[in-house]
Amino acid sequence: MTRRARLLLALAAVLPAAAALWPLWEVRLLAPQYPEGLGMRIFAYTVKGIKPNDLDNINGLNHYIGMMPIHPDAIPELRWMPWILALLIITGVVAAVCNSRRLLMGWLMAFAALAIAGLWDFWRWEYNYGHHLDMENAIIVIPGMSYQPPLIGSKQLLNFTASSWPSGAALALGVAFTGAALIWWTSRPRRVAS
Amino acid sequence: MLETTFGTVPWDDTHHTELSQTDGVPDGRWLFINGNNTPRVARIDLTRFETDEILQIPNAAGGHASPFTTGNSEYIVSATRFSVPIPNADVPIESFKTNFKGTLSFIKADVPGKMDIAFQLLMPGYNYDLGHAGKGPSEGWFFFTTYNTEQAYTKLELNASKNDKDYIAAVNWKLAEQCVKEGKAKAFPSRYAHNYMDPDTRQAKVEFRTSVQMLDPAACPGVVYLLPTPKSPHGVDIDPTGEYIVGGGKLATVIPVHSATKIKAAIAAKAFDGDIGGIPVLKYEATIAGEVQKPGLGPLHTEFDGKGNAYTTMFISSEVVKWKLGTWEVLDRAPTYYSPGHLMIPGGDSKKPWGKYLLALNKITKDRYLPTGGELAQSAQLYDISGDKMKLLLDFPTQGEPHYAQALPASVLKDKQVKFFSLAKNSSPWVTRAESEGNITRAGKAVHIKMIAIRSHFAPDNLEGVEVGDSVYFHVTNIEQDWDILHGFAVLGMNTAELILQPGETRSMLWIPRSPGVYPFYCTDFCSALHQEMQGYIRVSAVGANVPLKANTSAKAATQISRLKAVPQVAEHQHGAAGGR
Repeated sequence: MTRRARLLLALAAVLPAAAALWPLWEVRLLAPQYPEGLGMRIFAYTVKGIKPNDLDNINGLNHYIGMMPIHPDAIPELRWMPWILALLIITGVVAAVCNSRRLLMGWLMAFAALAIAGLWDFWRWEYNYGHHLDMENAIIVIPGMSYQPPLIGSKQLLNFTASSWPSGAALALGVAFTGAALIWWTSRPRRVAS
Repeated sequence: MLETTFGTVPWDDTHHTELSQTDGVPDGRWLFINGNNTPRVARIDLTRFETDEILQIPNAAGGHASPFTTGNSEYIVSATRFSVPIPNADVPIESFKTNFKGTLSFIKADVPGKMDIAFQLLMPGYNYDLGHAGKGPSEGWFFFTTYNTEQAYTKLELNASKNDKDYIAAVNWKLAEQCVKEGKAKAFPSRYAHNYMDPDTRQAKVEFRTSVQMLDPAACPGVVYLLPTPKSPHGVDIDPTGEYIVGGGKLATVIPVHSATKIKAAIAAKAFDGDIGGIPVLKYEATIAGEVQKPGLGPLHTEFDGKGNAYTTMFISSEVVKWKLGTWEVLDRAPTYYSPGHLMIPGGDSKKPWGKYLLALNKITKDRYLPTGGELAQSAQLYDISGDKMKLLLDFPTQGEPHYAQALPASVLKDKQVKFFSLAKNSSPWVTRAESEGNITRAGKAVHIKMIAIRSHFAPDNLEGVEVGDSVYFHVTNIEQDWDILHGFAVLGMNTAELILQPGETRSMLWIPRSPGVYPFYCTDFCSALHQEMQGYIRVSAVGANVPLKANTSAKAATQISRLKAVPQVAEHQHGAAGGR
C-alpha cells in the first residue's frame, strides 16, 4: 500500500468512532394525534428519545398493546458494542501501520460479519418487542396483530407510521467499510505488462 | 388566588388586557388584566397562559383605568372609577364634594411575585375612566381621563353630562417617584390582599398588606396637571411617536388631540386656567394640537397603524373612522355590527404597531348570527387595514363581552411555550411521582390521599376508611410527561370544582362527604381511548365505623405497577432466551 493509501486506511479505520457522538439508527413514530412525532435514537451504547421524554412516552403508549417497556439497561449488546467498535478501530489502524493487505482483508471480513450480526440482532430485538406481548395486561388486543417495526423503511402499526432508518454512525460505518475495501482493491499488486 | 379583604371573590368584571412592554413595545412576557368590581390586577405568565399573581387595589372603588403599562412595565396603573370616602367611612352620600376622593395607583409590576402598590395619588372626587402612558416627547407622563367633574352622586347620566369639558389628568410619574423617595408621601393604613402562585410548587399563597404610600399632589407640585377635554372623555390614546394625546369624548362632536410639546410649553409658560385643589388646569387652546371635525357620533377609543393614521371607534354611529394625524382629516369609514367599544390593532397602543389588521369589539349583536334567546353571542369584526380603504375580512361570534384585546405576532410567543411541567422539578409537598407511591393517611379529621393520574387510570383507585364529615384532601399528580395530555378529577357530589391537571402538575382538592356510601371518581378531561375507563371508588363510612384506611388499586393498576417495577426481570428473561440461541 502506498503511503497515501495507508493514511486513508487509518482515517477510514477511525471513522467508527463517530458512534460515540451519533446514533446508529433512528426509529420515528407518526400518528394523527402525534404530528410532532415520537422517536428513538439507537446509539452503540444506549437508546434515547429524540425529545427528552419520548422513550417514556413510547413505553406509556406501548402498555396499551402489552409491549414490554424498552429499557436500555436491559439490552446487553449496548454494553458490548462500544468495545467491539474500539477493537475494530484499533485493528484497522494496526493494518495501516503494518502495511498488511492480509490483515486488512481479515479486518474487512470481520467488519462485514459484525455488521450482519448487528443487523440480525437489531431485527431480533424488534421481533421480540413486537411479538412477545403481555397479553394478560394488553388493553388493545387485535387478533393476529404484531408490532414489529421495520429494520429499514416504513410500516403502519395501528395509528402509527413507524419509520426506521440508519443514522449518522451507521453511515460512518458504511463509509469506513467501503473506503477500506476500495483501498484494499486499488492497492492490489499489479504485474508489469510485458 | 382569589382572596381579597372582602373574602374570596370568585368572579370579577374584567375590562382590559395589557401586554408587558420593553422600550414601549409589547414583549410577550406577561399579560395584565384588571378586575373592575373588586379592584385588582392580575399578571398572566405568557409561557404558560396562567395567572400567577393577583393584587388587590386598596382605597379604590371600581378599577377601570387599569392595567395600563409604562414603556418598560416599571408600573401598571389602576385608577378608581368611583370616588368614595378615602379611607372609606360611614358618611352621608350628600357630603360627596367634601368627603369623596379618587386615587390613581401605580403598581410595581416587573418582578414576578413582587407586585405591590408603589404609591397612590390622592385626586379630586371625579370618575376616572381610562389611562395610557406617554412615550417619546411624553415619556415619563401618564394620562388619565376623568368624567363627572360635576361631582354628581345621583342620576349621573344627566348630572355628570353638564360640563362642556372634563379633564385629562397628566401625571408626571417620574416626579411622583422622586417625591415618594424624598418622603413627601404619607404611609396610609390600608389593608389589601396579594395572591401569588409559586410556579414550582404550583401552590397559591395569600398575604395581607397593611399600608400604602399616599401622595397628595399638593405635597409634590408639578406632579399633576389637568387638560380640559370635551366632553366626558373616555379613551385617552397616545400615538406611536408619543406626541399626540387623543381624547375620546363620548358626547363630543370632535376628536380633540393634545400635543405633548405644547403641554410642556404651556406648563413652562404657566398657561393656567386656575387650579383645582392645588392641581393647575391648563388652557385648552394652549395644549390642543387639532380637532378631527365631524368624525361620527360617540368617539370612544383610538389605536394607530404606525403609518401616521389613527382609527377611532364610534359607538353611536357604529363605525370605525380612519383619520390622519397632523392634518386631522377623515380618510375612511367602515361600519361595524354594532356599536363598537374598543378596537385593537396588534401593538396599536405601543411604539411599534404591527398595523395590518384591526379588530372591532362590539357591544351589540342583534341580527348578525342565529338568535339564541335574549342573550346573544357577542360580535367582533376583523378588518384588513393594509390598504387605503379598510376591508372587512371576518365577522365572527365570540364570547362576551369582548371588551378589549391585545395581540402580537405569534413568533414572539410560540417558541417559548411550556408544553408540560417537569415531574422531576415538581416541588409540591403533595407530589406523587410513581404509581407505587400513592397512599392514604389520616391526621385527626383530615384525610390526605396521594394519587397519580396517567393514561388511562388513577392509582390508587379504590379507597376506604373515610368517614362522614372528614376533610378529604385529594392530591392528584398527572405523571404524564407529554404535551397536551391533561387529566381531570372529580368525585360524585363534589361541590367545589373539578381539578384539571396539566402533565407533571400536582393539584389538591378538599371534599367533605356528607353521607355514607360509595362514591365514584373519574377523569373529567378527555384524555385517551380508555378515558371512560379512567375511574375509581371511594368508600365513605359512618362516623366511628373504624373501617381501616385502605388505598388499594384495581387488579389492572396493580399489574401495571408490578410490570413497571419488574422491568429488569422482564428484560433478564428476554436476553436469557436470546443467549440460548
